[in-house]
Amino acid sequence: MVNRAPSTRSGAPSTLAVNLVLAVAGIYFLLPLVWVLVAATKSPGELFGTFGLWFSDTPRAWENLVALFTQSGGIFTQWVLNSLLYSGLGALVAMILSAAAGYAIAKYAFRGKEALFSIILGGVLVPATVIALPLYFLLNTVGLTGSYWAVLLPSMVSPFGVYLARIHANASVPDEIIEAARLDGAGDLRIFGTIATRMMAPALVTIFLFQFVTIWNNYLLPLVMLNDTKTFPVTLGLTLWNSQTQRDPAFYSLVVMGSAVSAIILVGLMIALQRFWRADLTAGATKG
Amino acid sequence: MTALAPPRRRAGSPAKWVLLLPFVVMFALFFIAPIVYAIVQSLFATKSSGLGLGRPETTFVFFDNYARALSDPAFVESVGRLVLFAAIEVPLMVLTALGLALLLDSGKARFPRFFRVLYFAPYGVPGVIATLLWGFLYIPATSPVIQALGAIGIDMNPLSSSGVLFAIANIALWGFAGYNMVILMAALDAIPSELYEAARVDGASTWSTTWHIKLPLVRPSIILVTVFTIIGTLQLFVEPLVLQPLTSAISSTFTPNLAAYNQAFAQGNPNLAAAMAVLVAVLGFVFSFGFLRLVNRKDSRAW
Repeated sequence: MVNRAPSTRSGAPSTLAVNLVLAVAGIYFLLPLVWVLVAATKSPGELFGTFGLWFSDTPRAWENLVALFTQSGGIFTQWVLNSLLYSGLGALVAMILSAAAGYAIAKYAFRGKEALFSIILGGVLVPATVIALPLYFLLNTVGLTGSYWAVLLPSMVSPFGVYLARIHANASVPDEIIEAARLDGAGDLRIFGTIATRMMAPALVTIFLFQFVTIWNNYLLPLVMLNDTKTFPVTLGLTLWNSQTQRDPAFYSLVVMGSAVSAIILVGLMIALQRFWRADLTAGATKG
Repeated sequence: MTALAPPRRRAGSPAKWVLLLPFVVMFALFFIAPIVYAIVQSLFATKSSGLGLGRPETTFVFFDNYARALSDPAFVESVGRLVLFAAIEVPLMVLTALGLALLLDSGKARFPRFFRVLYFAPYGVPGVIATLLWGFLYIPATSPVIQALGAIGIDMNPLSSSGVLFAIANIALWGFAGYNMVILMAALDAIPSELYEAARVDGASTWSTTWHIKLPLVRPSIILVTVFTIIGTLQLFVEPLVLQPLTSAISSTFTPNLAAYNQAFAQGNPNLAAAMAVLVAVLGFVFSFGFLRLVNRKDSRAW
């Protein structure tokens, strides 16, 4: 992916300069992560009294880890599981709904199709924060606030997913194959479920991952919807602990260790899955 | 967008509705309905009568809530702050992402795959946690960076009232620059290598290859990244909320979203909050469409 670029010419930035800039950027992106891994091995006192990028004389990673998972009856584990549930289930349903709708918009003709697609695209431009507040008052009237559903249901809608699915259905599912399958007697839903989804697989993975991270990172929605700490995702739980640090400095260790653990979980996931992020988000635009 | 002529369908095929309706229903319930509800809410006001005896009355007040929001100096100030923040954040983000993508694609990077994964990794760290971490790196008591700078005589306080917007911009940059870079790299990877060959035969320099081949061909992705950044920027909420306890430079009306949140839950005025939320959305549309119009003008398509 890099070797085919033009060769070096005089007057261009040198290889050394390029790599120097890249290395400095690398240090910048690593700094907070390295800091939190070191800080997670410290007591609250050491956190404020020792140099941030080196270990103290008495590292206590294990004690902090045990404290993290036993605090308040092991509620941190519950928070991680909640986050996985909200993100995993929300993204899975969002992926299926987006794939079906994007495919239908790409492959069928019907009245008002472009208008519908424009409205859905407009949804991409609406800030999530604008929706969260009115959604709270709406769901409150039907008694859904405070439940898992209050976070799960809104998370299952991804207008951006429909946009991606439409582009990739156009680009990767040839009409001839649909016609051939029809002649063989396959129903339209079966063609979508068994043939089209397979051809759209890379785009579907991208939609899933995009929505997974979006839900995992969404803070305002669970903040307004949830009040029982047992239903909190990790992000909300950690800020709850962070608000206790003034009262009891022991919470600093919990916040730092909790941040380290949840950062490791997601960064690990990102690194493992990052090659799937390669689907070209603007494939339709460049080809149009 | 490519519009393939769809093959002829059997008339009235119900399959398309089975595929389409689940999303459309969910979209209507959880996207359209809240927006409509917010607009309706913003046109009403709830007044408790007299001494608070009897039921509070809801009356149609037309644009009163908007007038109230726009005549509230704190809210207007928060909008101005948000626009200033966008003016810092959007160019910083797009240029950083583009710069890193071009450097990694230049053919001179030593470990392109490694750096690409490294830059992308912070995208997995939720904004809340990123803010907690940078919060520690912004206070002198815990920050190795500020301690090191202090040791060589540079006193820095990122959380001062003059520095706090940059402190927040840095958190957003850290979290999303790598993600935006990956989008731009996907577009760079899609450039056919024959174009590079042709440029080399013509004796084009690295600079002119970048300027005349790479940048024009990744233009749609640059626009996409810019629009996403504008929208993300206008949502500014989590970072100031989490940094608030660390500094007096962040008020409870620091951003319009924070102001709306406080109106809804602390001040108990959901109608005014709805008006504020609608104003943020309008601002987002104006900025996104304004930007899209600007870049789609015929005479500015030169690059």
